[in-house]
This record gives sequence, C-alpha cells and structure tokens, in this order.
Amino acid sequence: MSWKKDEDTDELGALMHLDRSTVLQEARVFNETPIRPRQSRILLAKIIFLLYRGESMSTTEATELFFSITKLFQSKDMSLRQMVYLAIKELSTISEDVIMVTSSLMKDMQPKSEVTYRANAIRALCKIVDPSMLPGIERFLKAAIVERSPSIASAALVSSLHLFGDAKDVVRRWGNEVNEALNGKSLSQGSSFFGASANQNQVVSTSNIVQYHAMGLLYAIRQHDRMAVLKLVQTFSGQNKGSWMGGSGATLRSNMAHVLLIRYAVRVMEDDPSLAPQLSTLLEEWVRHRSDMVSLEAARAICHLKNVTSKQLTPAVNALQLFLSSPKATVRFAAIRTLNTLARTNPEAVQPCNVDMEGLITDSNRSVATFAITTLLKTGNEASVDRLMKQMQGFMTEISDEFKIIVAEAVRSLCRKFPGKHSLFLGFLSGVLRDEGGYEFKRSAIEAIVDLAKHVPECKETALAHLCEFIEDCEFTKLSVRVLHFLGEEGPHTARPTVYIRHIYNRVVLENAVVRAAAVNALAKFGASTVGDASLQRSVRVLLKRCLDDRDDEVRDRAAWALRMTGDENVRDKYIRDDSTFALAALERKLVEYCADPGAALKGSFNFDSVPRISRAQEVEARDRQRQETMDAVLTGTTLKAPTSSKTAAGKGDLSADATQDAGASSGFVDVFEQQAKYASQLNAIPELAAFGEQPLVSSQTPTALTEAETEYGVQCIKHIYSNHIVFQFDITNTIPEQVLEQVEVAMEPEEDIDGVLQPVVVVPISELKCDEPATAYVAFEHLDPETFPAVSFACTLKFIVKECDPATGEPEDDDDGFEDEYSLEATELNAGDFMQATYIPDSHALWESLGDSAQSVETFALSNFDSIKECTEKVVELLGMCPLEGALAPKSKAAHQAVLTGKWLGKSKTVARARMTYQKGAGVTMELAVRSEEPSVSELVVSAIA
Amino acid sequence: MGGSISKMLSKLFGNKEMRILMLGLDAAGKTTILYKLKLNQSVTTIPTVGFNVETVTYKNVKFNVWDVGGQDKIRPLWRHYYTGTQGLIFVVDSADRERIDEARTELHRIVSDREMKDCLLLVFANKQDLPSAMTPAEVTEKLGLHRMRDRQWYVHPSCATTGEGLFEGLSWLSQNIKTP
Repeated sequence: MSWKKDEDTDELGALMHLDRSTVLQEARVFNETPIRPRQSRILLAKIIFLLYRGESMSTTEATELFFSITKLFQSKDMSLRQMVYLAIKELSTISEDVIMVTSSLMKDMQPKSEVTYRANAIRALCKIVDPSMLPGIERFLKAAIVERSPSIASAALVSSLHLFGDAKDVVRRWGNEVNEALNGKSLSQGSSFFGASANQNQVVSTSNIVQYHAMGLLYAIRQHDRMAVLKLVQTFSGQNKGSWMGGSGATLRSNMAHVLLIRYAVRVMEDDPSLAPQLSTLLEEWVRHRSDMVSLEAARAICHLKNVTSKQLTPAVNALQLFLSSPKATVRFAAIRTLNTLARTNPEAVQPCNVDMEGLITDSNRSVATFAITTLLKTGNEASVDRLMKQMQGFMTEISDEFKIIVAEAVRSLCRKFPGKHSLFLGFLSGVLRDEGGYEFKRSAIEAIVDLAKHVPECKETALAHLCEFIEDCEFTKLSVRVLHFLGEEGPHTARPTVYIRHIYNRVVLENAVVRAAAVNALAKFGASTVGDASLQRSVRVLLKRCLDDRDDEVRDRAAWALRMTGDENVRDKYIRDDSTFALAALERKLVEYCADPGAALKGSFNFDSVPRISRAQEVEARDRQRQETMDAVLTGTTLKAPTSSKTAAGKGDLSADATQDAGASSGFVDVFEQQAKYASQLNAIPELAAFGEQPLVSSQTPTALTEAETEYGVQCIKHIYSNHIVFQFDITNTIPEQVLEQVEVAMEPEEDIDGVLQPVVVVPISELKCDEPATAYVAFEHLDPETFPAVSFACTLKFIVKECDPATGEPEDDDDGFEDEYSLEATELNAGDFMQATYIPDSHALWESLGDSAQSVETFALSNFDSIKECTEKVVELLGMCPLEGALAPKSKAAHQAVLTGKWLGKSKTVARARMTYQKGAGVTMELAVRSEEPSVSELVVSAIA
Repeated sequence: MGGSISKMLSKLFGNKEMRILMLGLDAAGKTTILYKLKLNQSVTTIPTVGFNVETVTYKNVKFNVWDVGGQDKIRPLWRHYYTGTQGLIFVVDSADRERIDEARTELHRIVSDREMKDCLLLVFANKQDLPSAMTPAEVTEKLGLHRMRDRQWYVHPSCATTGEGLFEGLSWLSQNIKTP
C-alpha cells in the first residue's frame, strides 16, 4: 500500500469513523462475479480494523460475512488472498462452520504453492481445525516444520504450539521434526524461493526466529519429562563436548531461544536441586554472553534463584552494574528492575552498585529513575539516607503522581528501617503534603506518616502536629476522615490532648457533613478516654452538646450517641474499648445474604453472633499483608494474579516463566472465614446434608491431603461438625486424561469401635469425575451420643468405576462398561481439635480469671520429639484447632515460652488454653497445658487431645 | 490498450462466463470431475472438507466451478453458495443403489430453494465404468426428475477418471445458458 504521507492521516481518519453496519452492508461486494480484488482488499482491511478495535459482531453476522469471504478464494490475487487469511483468522472464533475453508487452505499449504500462501495458510488452518481433524493434516504440518523457508517453518511451529493445548497427543508425535528444526542449519538462504515469485519481495528473516519457536514448542512437548529438558539444556550448553550426548555441535543462533533456554534451565534447577551446582556454573558462563539480552536474562535468573549465595550473585550483579550505564534505556531499565527485585531479598548484594544507581536518579527515563530511587532506599545505609532524601526532594515536583506514590511507599518502608531518622522523613513527608498532588499520592503520604507515628513513639507528637496542619487545608474528604479517626485514636494518650481537640473542633465548625461526623466521633474518643482528667471530659461534653445543633442528621445522631455513651461507664467500655472486631468480609457477606433473603426478616433480626470475630491486631495484620502485596505489585509492575491463573498458563508451555511463582498465596484467617462460608453453601446444596443444620458449627481450617502430591488421584479431606452429625468432605481430583471415573465414593472403615457413638448415615458419591475437574464426595455420620466426643481413626479407600475415554474430548468410549477399582488413601482422624472453632476471644485474660480453677484441667507432657519451642507450639495449635493470640507463635526465648490460645467448643463454649513450655537440649520440650472452658467437661477433652 | 481490444473481441464472439455449483453426496466424484476438467488428470482426492473452486474454459465459455464437499456435516452449508448460481451439476454415484434415495432427497431440497429457481440442472450419472452402474434412464427415474416441470434438466452418463461424458455435459450447459 503506497499511501502518500499527507494522505496517511486522512486514511486513518476515515478508518476511525468506520461504522460497523455500513461496512457489513458493503460486504456484498464479495459476492460479485467477477471478483474486484482491490475493492475487496480494502473492505477486508476495514473489517479487520473493526475487529481489532474491539467491535463485537453477532454470530449470524460473522457467519454471513465469513461465507461471503470464502467466495474470494476464486481470485488468484496474492495480496487479496493474504487479507483473506487474516480475516479468516479473526473470524475463526466468532463465526460458525469455519471448517468450510479447510480444503482451500490445505490446497494453499501444499508444497507446490507460493511461500507466502503456504505460511499464512498454515497459520489460518490451525485456527480453524478442531482436534479431530488434526490427523488429516498432520503429515503436512510435520513437513512444514522441517521446511527450509523460515517463514513456513515458523508458521508451522507457532501454529503447533497453539494446537498443543487442545491436541497434546498429536503434537507430541512431532518431537523429532521440531528437534530437527531446532538444530537445523541456517535457514536463511532461501534463494530458490525467489525464482518462484519473481515480482514478490520476499523478506527473509535473519533473526533465526525458527530456532526460538522450535525451542518453545519442544519444551512444551517435553516439559514433563525432566530428563529430556535437562538434555535440551545440556545440548546447547556448549560444554561436555564428547560426552554422552555425542559431542554436541549444536549452537544457539537465536538470542531469544537462548533466553528461553535459560528459563528452562532454571526450572530444571528448581525441580532437581542436585543439578543446581552444574547448572549455576552454566548460568554464570551465560552472564558473559556477548548479547545483552542473554546476559541480562542469565543475570536475572541468578538473582531470582532461591537460596542464592553471595558468591553466585557477584558475577551477575557485576554484569548488571555494567548495564546500568548502557546507552539503551531498555537495557538500563531491565538491569535496574532486576536489581530492585534483588534488593528486596538481598540488599547487601546490590550495595556495590549504589554509586551507579545514584547516577540514574536523574535519568531521562522516569521509570528507570524511580526504580533507582526505590532500590537505593532499600540498599542505602543510615548515612546515605540524608543525601537521598535531599535528592528526592529536588525532583518530586517533576514526576507524575504514579511515581510519587512509589516514592511515598518507599519512604514508608524506609521509616521502619531507620526509625532514628524520623525527623528527616517527617520533614520530607510534610513537605510533599504541602505540594500539589492527587488523592492517591496524598493518601500514601498520610499513611506513611501514620505508620511512623505508630512505630516510632518519639515522633508521635510531631507527626500528629503535621497531620493537624494537613487537615486544616485538605481538599479530600476521605483523607480528613482518615486523619480525624487517627487523631481520635492517638490523641487522648498524648501529653496535651487539648491541642488536638482544638484542631478537631475547627473541623466541626468549618467542614462538610461527612468530615463533621468524623470529627464528632474523634471528639467522642477523647471524651471516653480514661487517661484524660475530669475537666477535659467536661469540656469535651460541652463541645459535643454544641454539635447537637448541627444541620446534619448524622452529625447530630453521632453527637447524641457520644454524649449518652461517655456518661455511662459500662456502655463506654462495651463500645469504645472493645479490642475485637468483626471479620469485615464475613460480616458484609452475611448482611448481603440477609438482605437478599426475603424470608429472613420474618425469622428475626440479623444475628451478629454468627459473624466470626477477630482481634484488631489480626485485622491490622491482614491489612498490612494486603498492602504489602499491592506494594510489591506496584514496585515490580506485575498485576495481582488470582492463584488459579497459573495452571492454565503452565499448560500452554508459557514463554513467560515467572507467572507461577508469584501465585503462591499465603492464606490469612480472614480468607478462612470466607472459605468456611463457601463450604456451608456447598453443603446446603445437597439435600441430605442440608437437613443437618443451617451451617456446620465447626469446619476444618485447612484441608488434609490423603494422597501424596503428583499421584494418579488427589484427595483432600475437610471435616464439618454439626450439632448431631459429622460430615467428611472429600475433594477429589482425577489426573489421568485417559480415564473417566464414575460412581466415585470414599469408603471409611473405623479402626476403633464406634458403636453407639457414630453411625454412618449418608454417602454422597460423585457420579462422574473427569480429568482435572475436581469434584466433591461426602460421607456423613450421625453423632449419637452428644456427651462423648470420639477420637477415632478411619481407614479410607477410594472406590470407583474406571472407563477409558478420549483424552481430547473427555467423552467415555461408548462400548466401555468400565471396571471397578480401588485406591487406598491415608487414614483420616477425628479428634478433639476438630470440634473446636478457632475464634479470637476479646479480653481472654479476664475470661481466664472469671472461669477460675474449677473449670480448669491441667496436665504436663514431656515431648522429647520436638527440637524447638516454635515447632512444638505450631503442633499444639494444629492439634487443638484453636486460635493463637498475639505472640503465641513467635516465642521470644528459646528456653521458655507461654502461648495463649482461644476457641469456641462446637462454636459455642468459650475456651482458653494456656501452654507453658520449656526446652532443654536433649530432653526436648516440656509442656504444661492448662485449659479452662465455660463447659468444664470440655477442658478435659481438650487436654486429652494432646495425649 | 491490448486488454480493452481483447475485451471487445470477446464480447463480439460471445465469450460468456458461467457460475456452476457442483453438489452431490460424499464420494460421488465431484472433486475428481473438477480436476479432470481443469487439469485433464485423474487425481487422488481426499474427502473435501469445505470447497474447491476452479475456472474451466470450454468452447469460449468460462465456467466458474464450485465443488462443495458432500459429507453430512457440510451439506447444510451448501446453501451459502446458491446465490448467483446459473447451473447446478448434481453428481450421482450410479453404482451406489443404496443411497440413490438419499441423493434424491438432497437434490429436491436444493432445487426447491428460492435462490436456485432459475438455474439449469445437469446430472452426471457418474462411475459408469463400474459393472453394477445404473443407466442414465434408471437414474432419471430414481431421482424423480420427470416430476420437475418448470426446469431444464439433463442427465448424462460420465466416468470421471477417464473424462468420458464430462465435456458433453458442459456443452449442454453452455448451449442452454440464458443470456441475461
């Protein structure tokens, strides 16, 4: 297309104003005979443009369009045909009956047609075939993979990679051809093809891209065969000449292929640590590769290794250091980004680059500069912080809000690291607060100050003063509310609370209703504080009384409530000094459920007891964790991923390696509540089980695996306790693609006598279990004697009918009646811990005292098999199924520790356990476990859980 | 310049173009016929998933022949190629007595379509070389062609592999084409 430069903009403008219905109308041109190649070609371009722009097309429209495009196959015009291929690829997912062009495309990919036809036909063909038709074209694809023309070979390889997801078995058979393409001689002397198409300008690639594509496909095919991958890596390692591989003369001409090879090498190392030394020398060698790309990737791989030693890191960091002064911005960016990640785990290793990084702060590329700053903040020592902060102040005004947020977050983490420098940080933060900036940026600055005030007591008053100054002139309501809340929390405990009261009351006079309401709440906290003297409380009451005349309902309501509450000691304690809070996610869900259920209001008002409570400390911890995750995401530029996404990516032999590692999610307790709510709705979906009660009193917090990892079948057990029933939930996964299991159930044989205590009542089997589609089976027992809580072990066996099936479709073969089979699982146990709901109980100390000795049960255990107190505590928490209070899991001393645990027996009776432990080398851990419960018999039961 | 002269000449000599749709049950021999006409070679074919399109010039008439696959799953898609068709070649495997009824049903379904109401119908009673082949008269009878009143139709015996009868069929088409 040879548009002149000045027409270019017009053409683009015309494209921008394309209308879908007009274009579809024009598509009638395709049906005309004879074909008008030029017009058709331009129209196809418009259609493709519309699709690329995200215009949606209905199936009928697309199908009609598709069939008119097929008519264009009667024209031999080459450029038209190329557009046809493109259009077919785009429509292949929207239109029906796209197999209609199979024959035509197969004809075009035959060796006797033009190279341009062949490569593009292959790509289009692979988009439209379904796996069942693949064997028909297999022969041609195999031939195309080893074709000498790079464009054809690449097309075939990439298409095969796309097909691999749906037709693994067929594509696997092409391993030899792919290997040949990978090792093939230089493919770029395709002179013979020029003769065939004299007037076509064939662009023959010199990038050796075929090797890259072949490498990717070969890995996809062999990825589960560890030896094969290792061999792949060794073949191209350039070492071991003349060894068992037979003197590999193979070389990697494509840098991108080399980058892939490095990633595969890292995966081999992760799977098999014994190969790590050999491969890490290889990585080190690759760091010295003459290509920037390869060298960077090797350095990055080393930096990301788990348990990397400083000796290994040195060459990598040296290489990265050199790249920092590269004239190419991309190279600088890649290097600084790698160093940034490394600085999070190994700040010392990055320190040698400090000087170079400081040079980058003024880099013209702001992304590079920001990474440089944040990295320096991590590696810097106390002395260099001053200088850095000064430099940052210099360019804060020049950068966009996004980067300012990153800087604010970095300063925030720095505050924790160097509390001694608090005045410097506070100065910096209050300075940036005065500057122009958006909400997000101001918010992160505020959070940083709040953090500082919380963690560095010496600077609290200054920090609060800065915050007071900020709200005097704050344009963001939300931030004013945040600051007022914080003032309310911290203000009463300072030496001169009156200062803050003045600032807060100013808000009541000057601000909008939302801020006024928040200010009233803050005042109330001063009024309710026990620290302040009586005169202060009187003054606060006067102020609150004035708020009663406010224009806004909410403000008056809050003021009235605050006045009422500050007057009454008991009420005050209940609301203001409660240190527990609802699990907010769970509360929200329950409220939504309540509002959605039309019959709920008739059953009574919302039941707050059903919402699990957590301590404020736990809530803060959850928020911190969340914040850390988002911050990491901001710093590394990755988006947060759902844990499930990794699986699909891995299946495609993904070219981006590190997706899977980020996904390892640590589960918090808030998630646990969510999880249990999910169980409840699953259980209620089964009528037999729904009859047991609205939701289980207690559900296991974490599933227990009853099979080893990577076996044929995966089974996890979760126990649910109802008031009169016990339900075992088995989440079962079938990992064999060639099998469909039917009538899957778990047979449970008690190993002790359970007559009169438990009686099996319901078994819910899985009717059909396909590969990689987990399903759930249940076994339910009736709990006959509510006074006895059995501790029983069950031998479990998985029973099912196996049917062979077609791995591609998952449909069982018709004539196969299947055969019965069994698979033995590990035993599952039921013990006292399963009846305990791990819940945080506020003020457990008072409860402990009020329950008294009479409700107590004590026993001392000599646990010689533990090597540390930490290990022992974790085991005890797991056995008792209780919630560890703050500090319980983090013993301060190695020799002695006290852990307090709380929980509710059957979700009702509050129980507190106190474990005192001492540790002596050689003797192991000695533990005294004291348990007090509202239900005295429970105390004994809990203690017996250990024995 | 030269192009425009040849165009004029072709007009003078009546160089016509004709759009032909070739249908029939699977394995009737459609693709073999197409390439016998095009290349004068007997080619080995695989079941056509989709269509083949070729231009065949015979006696100054340019035939645009669309050969669409006959498998069950493709038959519903035939209709997409009806528009603008001037001649339908329906190919029958004369030796396949079991499926001649099926062929009749399909044929009647095609010609009853509104888009096909003006087109000529040529039936190739193909595979005449096989011993058990039905005669053209038998095929005519079995396909119920006598009941077709408002249509010009013609049944011709053929053998795709040798090419016998194919061009006779085409000349019938070229003689009977209605000039628009």
